[in-house]
Amino acid sequence: MTLSRDDVRHVALLARLGLGEGDEAYYTDQLDSILGHIDRLSEVDVDSVPATAQVVALEHRLRTDEARPGMGQERALSNAPASREGFFVVPAILEEEP
Amino acid sequence: MDRHLAIIAERDPAIRAFVRLTPDLAAHQARAAQERYQSGNSLGPLDGIPMAVKDVLNVEGVEVTAGSRILEGYRAVYDATVVARLRQAGAVILGMTNCDEFAMGSSTENSAFHTTRNPWDATRVPGGSSGGSAAAVAAAEAGYSIGSDTGGSIRQPAALCGVVGLKPTYGRVSRYGLIAFASSLDQVGAFTSSVVDQALVLTAIAGHDQLDATSSSRPLGIDLDLEAGVKGLRLGLPREYFEVDGMEVGVKAAVDAALRVLEAAGAELVDVRLPHTEYGLAAYYIIAPAECSSNLARFDSVRFGRRSPGAATLLEAYSQTRGGGFGREVQRRVMLGTHALSSGYFDAYYLRAQKVRTLVAQDFTAAFEKCDAIVSATSPTVAFEIGSKTADPYQMYLCDVLTLGANLAGLPGLSVPCGRSEGLPVGLQILAPQWGEATALRVGRGFELAHGE
Repeated sequence: MTLSRDDVRHVALLARLGLGEGDEAYYTDQLDSILGHIDRLSEVDVDSVPATAQVVALEHRLRTDEARPGMGQERALSNAPASREGFFVVPAILEEEP
Repeated sequence: MDRHLAIIAERDPAIRAFVRLTPDLAAHQARAAQERYQSGNSLGPLDGIPMAVKDVLNVEGVEVTAGSRILEGYRAVYDATVVARLRQAGAVILGMTNCDEFAMGSSTENSAFHTTRNPWDATRVPGGSSGGSAAAVAAAEAGYSIGSDTGGSIRQPAALCGVVGLKPTYGRVSRYGLIAFASSLDQVGAFTSSVVDQALVLTAIAGHDQLDATSSSRPLGIDLDLEAGVKGLRLGLPREYFEVDGMEVGVKAAVDAALRVLEAAGAELVDVRLPHTEYGLAAYYIIAPAECSSNLARFDSVRFGRRSPGAATLLEAYSQTRGGGFGREVQRRVMLGTHALSSGYFDAYYLRAQKVRTLVAQDFTAAFEKCDAIVSATSPTVAFEIGSKTADPYQMYLCDVLTLGANLAGLPGLSVPCGRSEGLPVGLQILAPQWGEATALRVGRGFELAHGE
């Protein structure tokens, strides 16, 4: 399967990665090449093989349903690029209609 | 500690193993250790030992950046469990070591800050992604160091730098506080200069953690067997691992010589097969990017990390911050992973890769019916020149062909130095069944004793 520039543009949008014009061509070439190597996976007969759900057998553990102190608002906000009155401040979520 | 800081001051300007030093923290911890020692209250063998932490593990109050610009200025608000446990054992934390950005790479060249040099040859890479941690121990800048291994990122740099490195069984060591790359593959482990030291550090960090639901309470069981030697052990030699493309003649020769040493010490060498080895690489480079694309979604400029100035909308903030803050390898893997998980491609890529992963794990299970441990080279090459594998990403990915199988199958893997090729270190990889660290360490220690280093 080959990867087109449209595919890369789509994927970059899904992943919220802002790409410049030159970047698109650059990544398309490289990702297409990598996928070319990975395509050999289609040679493997996986018909009756279950997908790995857990790597090692996990032990099921529960704890008592007791409230405990969490991180706290001060620590949670301590690395925020912008905050005000206990909130994370972000740019406009919706674009305004002109 | 003063001695280590002096060595760092003398050697690190050339090697650049560290991205940031924490001398005040180290001094405080060293003083406390000294007081404990003088009053007869030592915490144990790790008390007062200066060590270093890969820049992907949270150390409370310290800047942690995962080798990335997107986290510049981020100060950890809690300790990773591994860090907390080592503090409890009396560790003296010298600083954060350099790594490939978000642990993605095999040479430490993807660090956004600088490239670490191999202490054996400054024109060559230390390996990656935990290159700084490996170099720090190789250059005696730290008594031991901590790294992480997702596809080989402890074992491969250990091999390239001539030190001992262990990736524990998946679930053996808590991942709480490790900046996640691929959550079903990541494990935390140590770099040391000897196998015995490796056992000491593993004992301190292993064990169930309430904060990591994938961690296990299974006992390590390593005190008993470590000096037992290799007599009577069956060591499996997987044909596919000895025939990989790009295996250097000198590496093969050093590993062959190591096998002779092990045989002379009483080990039985057995041929085994790992038929899906080649497909394992392809499966890894779907699964790891897929998981990383999910894990790195949190770097969105909202709660932590950098935010691109001038973004007028939230969507622009996301795109510009991530596009500008992530390096090229990270963007490649995030896009690859997003593609593999996207509608229309999920079955062909991600689901198929997870089925191939099952086959890789089954290969190992079958092989371990015939042997107690699997032995091979850790890396097909010795340390390569800086810049020599950066033109084609897939060339860099091939560095991990011998190591990533253990991550796919959750196995413990140890790399011990076994000789030189062209004057550069060669590592011997020892894989054991799940929870079999005791066996891997026993073989490693047996090799050390027989080899005489």
